[in-house]
Amino acid sequence: MIRTKIGGIVNISRRKAVKMIAVSSALFCSGVGDVLAGKPEVSDQINNIISGSQAREVDVFLDVPEIAENGNQVKVAFEIESPMSESDFVQEVYIMADGNPAPNVAKFNFTPYSGECFASTRMRLSKTQDVYLVAKFNDGTHSITQSTIKVTIGGCGG
Amino acid sequence: MSKIKPRAKIPKEAELDEVIEIKTLIRHPMHSGRVKDVDGKTIPRLIINKFNAMFNGKVVFTVNLEPSISSNPYISFPFKVKEEGTFELSWEEDGGNQYKLTKSLKVI
Repeated sequence: MIRTKIGGIVNISRRKAVKMIAVSSALFCSGVGDVLAGKPEVSDQINNIISGSQAREVDVFLDVPEIAENGNQVKVAFEIESPMSESDFVQEVYIMADGNPAPNVAKFNFTPYSGECFASTRMRLSKTQDVYLVAKFNDGTHSITQSTIKVTIGGCGG
Repeated sequence: MSKIKPRAKIPKEAELDEVIEIKTLIRHPMHSGRVKDVDGKTIPRLIINKFNAMFNGKVVFTVNLEPSISSNPYISFPFKVKEEGTFELSWEEDGGNQYKLTKSLKVI
């Protein structure tokens, strides 16, 4: 029995110790630490944006590559189904990357003059991570979508 | 440093009620404030933080850019043609510098 409390008796056999090290390093390599480091900030921000609003069922296409070889230039494009009329249009679209030093990537502000709702740009990704899109409609509802991008070479320098 | 130069690809003419795609690009290093130069000094942050698209004086589309946007930022966006006029595109840099470009659009 292993007791990890301070002052408790720790009695580990060699075999157990090897097992423990293997398990903990496996956890570490699978990026559990990264997820814990990156996610709360992003979920806080998303909660700030959508606070008090209702989710809406709508078609959102987030077009990002599955694997990005170069994290310096990752194409991100999206298309949201909307009539884009004076009474019903997409007002704001946020793009966020939870593994970047600063998770905000861009905020697109649409108007009814747009006619349709699509746009594209290129972003930097420091490592393999999730990219989120939060769309806010003029009536206060929102829609969230998410996609994972594998990054071969990170693109944040330093 | 290469000169900062904005570019835009807009159809010269379009039909009424047609949705056109406008593609823009500005040559800019987008220093994120995290990269170090050869001497190990951090290059201070200098990015384009705002892109505005106006048509006949009305704001039709804007983007707030963050340091996570790549160098030479490319932005494409839609526009529904309702009348003839001129596009005024502007890019705002940290520190207040502005880069502008105007293009006209005809309705056929």
